[in-house]
Amino acid sequence: MTQPFRRPGGGRIDRTNPIRFNFDGRQLEGFAGDTLASALLANGVHLVGRSFKYHRPRGILSAGAEEPNALVAVDYGPGRVTPNLRATQVELFGGLSARSQNRFPSLRWDAGALAGLASPLLSAGFYYKTFMWPPALWRRLYEPAIRRAAGLGRAPRAPDPDRYLHQYAHCDVLIIGGGPAGLAAALGASVNGQRVIVCDEQAEFGGSLLAEPGVTIDGWAAPDWVAEVIRTLSGTVTLLPRTTAFGWYADNLIGLAQRVTDHLPDGDASLPRECLWHVRAARVVLATGAMERPQVFPGNDRPGIMLAGAARTYLNRYGVIPGRQVLIATADDTAYLAAADLHAAGVTIAAIADQRADPSGEAVEAVRALGVPVRSGTGVTGTAGRRRVRSARLSNGQTVACDTILMCGGWTPSVQLYAQSRRRLRFDDTAGVFLPEDSTDSVGACAGVSDLATILSTAIDAGGSAPRAFEVSGARALSPAAPPAAAAPHRKAFVDFQNDVTTKDLSGATAEGFISIEHVKRYTTTGMATDQGKTSNLNALTAVAALTGHPVSAIGHTTFRPPYTPVTFGALAGPYRGDLFAPIRRTPIVVPDAVFEDVGTWKRARCFPRTGESPTAAVARECLAVRNDVAIFDASTLGKIEVTGPGAEAFLQRIYPTDVTTLTVGRCRYALLLGEDGFIRDDGIIARLASDRFHVTTTTGGAASVLHLMEDYLQTEFPELQAWLTSITEQWAVIAVQGPRAVTLLARYIADIDLGAMAHMSVREGHIGDVPIRLFRVSFTGECGFEINLPPEHAQRVWDTLLAAGATPYGTDAMHVLRAEKGYIVVGQETDGTVIPEDLGLGHMLSARKRDFVGKRSLDRPDMCRTDRLQLVGLLPGDAATVLPEGAQVTDQGRSPALGHVTSAYYSATLDRGFALALISGGRARIGETLHVPLLHGMAEVAVVNPVFLDPQGERLRGRPGPRGPQQALAPLAVPITPDAARAEGVDMAVLPPVKRLNIRAGAAAASGIGMAVGVLLPAAPCRAMTERDRAALWLGPDEWLVLAPPEASNLDAIAVKGAGDHPVSVVDVSHATTALEITGPRAAWCLNSVCALDLHLSAFPIGACTRTLLGKAGIILWRTGAETFRLEVGRSYLPYVWACLEQARHAVFATTIVGANNS
Amino acid sequence: MLLIPCPWCGLRPENEFRHGGQAHVQRPADPASVSDDAWAAYLYIRDNPRGRSAERWRHVHGCGRFFNCVRDTVSDRISHCYRAGTSGA
Repeated sequence: MTQPFRRPGGGRIDRTNPIRFNFDGRQLEGFAGDTLASALLANGVHLVGRSFKYHRPRGILSAGAEEPNALVAVDYGPGRVTPNLRATQVELFGGLSARSQNRFPSLRWDAGALAGLASPLLSAGFYYKTFMWPPALWRRLYEPAIRRAAGLGRAPRAPDPDRYLHQYAHCDVLIIGGGPAGLAAALGASVNGQRVIVCDEQAEFGGSLLAEPGVTIDGWAAPDWVAEVIRTLSGTVTLLPRTTAFGWYADNLIGLAQRVTDHLPDGDASLPRECLWHVRAARVVLATGAMERPQVFPGNDRPGIMLAGAARTYLNRYGVIPGRQVLIATADDTAYLAAADLHAAGVTIAAIADQRADPSGEAVEAVRALGVPVRSGTGVTGTAGRRRVRSARLSNGQTVACDTILMCGGWTPSVQLYAQSRRRLRFDDTAGVFLPEDSTDSVGACAGVSDLATILSTAIDAGGSAPRAFEVSGARALSPAAPPAAAAPHRKAFVDFQNDVTTKDLSGATAEGFISIEHVKRYTTTGMATDQGKTSNLNALTAVAALTGHPVSAIGHTTFRPPYTPVTFGALAGPYRGDLFAPIRRTPIVVPDAVFEDVGTWKRARCFPRTGESPTAAVARECLAVRNDVAIFDASTLGKIEVTGPGAEAFLQRIYPTDVTTLTVGRCRYALLLGEDGFIRDDGIIARLASDRFHVTTTTGGAASVLHLMEDYLQTEFPELQAWLTSITEQWAVIAVQGPRAVTLLARYIADIDLGAMAHMSVREGHIGDVPIRLFRVSFTGECGFEINLPPEHAQRVWDTLLAAGATPYGTDAMHVLRAEKGYIVVGQETDGTVIPEDLGLGHMLSARKRDFVGKRSLDRPDMCRTDRLQLVGLLPGDAATVLPEGAQVTDQGRSPALGHVTSAYYSATLDRGFALALISGGRARIGETLHVPLLHGMAEVAVVNPVFLDPQGERLRGRPGPRGPQQALAPLAVPITPDAARAEGVDMAVLPPVKRLNIRAGAAAASGIGMAVGVLLPAAPCRAMTERDRAALWLGPDEWLVLAPPEASNLDAIAVKGAGDHPVSVVDVSHATTALEITGPRAAWCLNSVCALDLHLSAFPIGACTRTLLGKAGIILWRTGAETFRLEVGRSYLPYVWACLEQARHAVFATTIVGANNS
Repeated sequence: MLLIPCPWCGLRPENEFRHGGQAHVQRPADPASVSDDAWAAYLYIRDNPRGRSAERWRHVHGCGRFFNCVRDTVSDRISHCYRAGTSGA
């Protein structure tokens, strides 16, 4: 007979739907509606795992999230093995395959159980004491061996093939727990159109009511009342079954982990496996219930010993009896309810051992009346049975034969989330439990209330409606439980089942002087397992209180931390893994043959190997092309900031060490940027385009932080300066053209700038072909060179044109070699946050004339003037073929301490030898010396030399102006590649056509004049957009707007400036910096909320609202143009990332479609 | 994740902001006339209060403004925010 312990009737399982499953290779059968635990018990399987430390046989203890023993690995397929799942929470489905853990070779015959024989030696702290010497063996031998022997399940090694999503949600009331208190609170909250979310960790709402067939509420049988309430709530509140509230974070942010497909036999490819909800709730109602405590007695951990309330749940909800001959050990009336129900189901109750001296009351008398022997003032003193309990010894000397012991040590309110909200708990001496000090938002058993009628009426009140009475019948009145009693130290009286901590361990810890409960916890590991001591903490506190002679209230409790139950890494990572882990940014120039490297968030081309060519050979060839011919480099990733306004010069003068007042229009200058501490933060070029307009570049990686630093000074230290900063990194693509033939090559395409007449370090505006450019005559290679700044959509055709004209492409590797040959530094390579300009021999870049600039004062501090500071020098290895490892220590004959280290080292094709840059203590005075670099094998001799290896006079920078040839045409403009419009049920998205975009900065006084001029008013209200015919103005900041206009409005810049009249204004064209996306449909807001944390409800983010915000990890501008339509302005290089995020997010609309629980 | 009341944009999630350290640390008007010790204190010495702390934040993924914020470092409660350059009183 299958399922011998299944009752013929009763319970909420579907007996017409039998389900085959597999446990440790055994084919078993259960029913739809079972958990793995209830199905195993129906088959008489109690032995389900081995304990963590002693490998003791363990059975199912509980029926819920608190389960410490019945941890299994569920195999959902390759890469889908989930270890350490509580069998009590795994829903049964056809083909489910589960394995027990922590046993070898099998659950019944486990070699690790030998550890149990040695248990007298394995007391708390034995690892620390036993495996101390020799220390070297700890890492290599002891720890790996201990980890193998202990530990729980094994994580799969294959990559996780499933999808996981996040969802941000905002609500007026979040109700955590869908038992009687939670459902009544939901009834109370679901009025007045409030946004309400109710979550419950189980598949079915109802909590304890599902196991109370005898109770009626307002005339409904309890389970029917639940179904009726769910029907009432459906459609007005968001119901999230299978959803665990795992953490309460700052400002009412609650983390919910929703298991979406794990209960489905074949999954569902259209759904994510799990969804992690970030719920921001105006109000939270905690209806988290209570958990039953085990009793602590010797041998209390054998299979067949479980909690009394769990047995009642298995009987009433799943139609399963735990055994045939039951002993009950209790300190609480609720065990009598289990006794009565089991007795009615035909189970023999051998005896009830009640710790209380005089148990009495309705529940007790009802069981006595059945003829069940009740032994008062009696506890269990020992048990017998190898893989299943066989008998128990009572404190009255009696031995009771039994196959099941049901224990009840009272109920512990589930205050974990309350405690995580950083509020205090108080110890209630009568009940012997911790309760919320502030119980305004805790209802039901988690607030220590057990009477059902009281729970329902207070919960509806907590939900937000006037309290009303509920008619409850069939519930027995319960008398108070005995306060938790401490058990005597015994090495088999388990307090913490999951970590195998006994009363003996606790007494050992206190005997060794551990008094603080936090110390006892860490020394014994009690409460530190994956169950976080849900069943054990209070028993441990009680024991420590007795051992130390202090009251429990003085002992206090350990800190409750998230997560409440384990959350998978998949859910936490959500969509942000693989290519979406961080934005991957690419420049507008596509170079299919290149080898790429990551620089910040960018992919940059390292080198361009030809067929059959090694990367090393490619770099050498590229270097020679720059030195001897002409080569091109994609420098689009450089950060660029436009600094504008009448105060722009004064601002830069205070920020940069260089004297900006001497920089005339049309000239540019290399400049270091220091922090206030004097250390080099970044470097770049300052170019003056007009008296009140500068184009400043930063390093690729430093773009955001430099802008942030500048904004900091501008807004908070120098707010009186009328200057503005606008990022134009994405507005301009940059192609560097370097080499002696650079002038000759470019002159073929540039007619309106006299290249030969352009001085080194100058800037001109003009055209290449028909494309407007800002042309910089600058060089980071030491050769004559230009950097063409041009609109990104034209970058590819100019690149292709120059390639076709014979220019060699070079990558970042060659760039590094070329600049190092000239002794040019790279921030982050020659600098490390402790390097000042003088260290690099760049002291001459600091204006001596200026009394102040950012960082100047710090350069006079005594430490900055030391002569033994690390200084930049060149190194030439004695063996010309040697390329030193970067980071290698430079020493004198190998003696320590090291004198410094190698910062850059390369092979130079031009010099035909290895060379290096290094920072060496007092390095400049050591030029001419020979030093030594210890290598893996031997020691390299290096000559200390000047760090400029090539052309120290800078003659090559002048270039060779060639003959001026006829003008040639550029390659045609290619159609830009954008993602196809994507459609899905409820959400469409598409890339919008190009528009003219102006970033306008001005004070309030100028706004109306500018608005009149550009044809749309600049809104004064924060986060609002105005539209007028074909134009729009979006408020981005108190002095900042984005104006959108048709592309043909080409002279709008000048019109805007004119509109400002005499007021200062900054107008920067950012047409190319962003691309617009439109997302539309009834579920557009839901979709966005999967990747954007803002509240997008129409009441919070109405039509016309706009703001910068984050989408995933990318900054965007979000504008609601209609009830169901949003326009996104996305940084050009972020478009693929944002598109992919939204593609993932479009699946999040599932959330609105699967609210139904098993109840419906 | 905190909810931070930007003086311009209202309550916004913390990930839109960047922390800017202790508020009201004034850069000396004439650094050249400041002693080494006073300068070092300006650069490096910061309060580390248990409780009320005035600190700077920038709504970097929003209006871009720096502003000041009074936060309790124990409870993380923000009592109020005010614009840079004002005392917040």
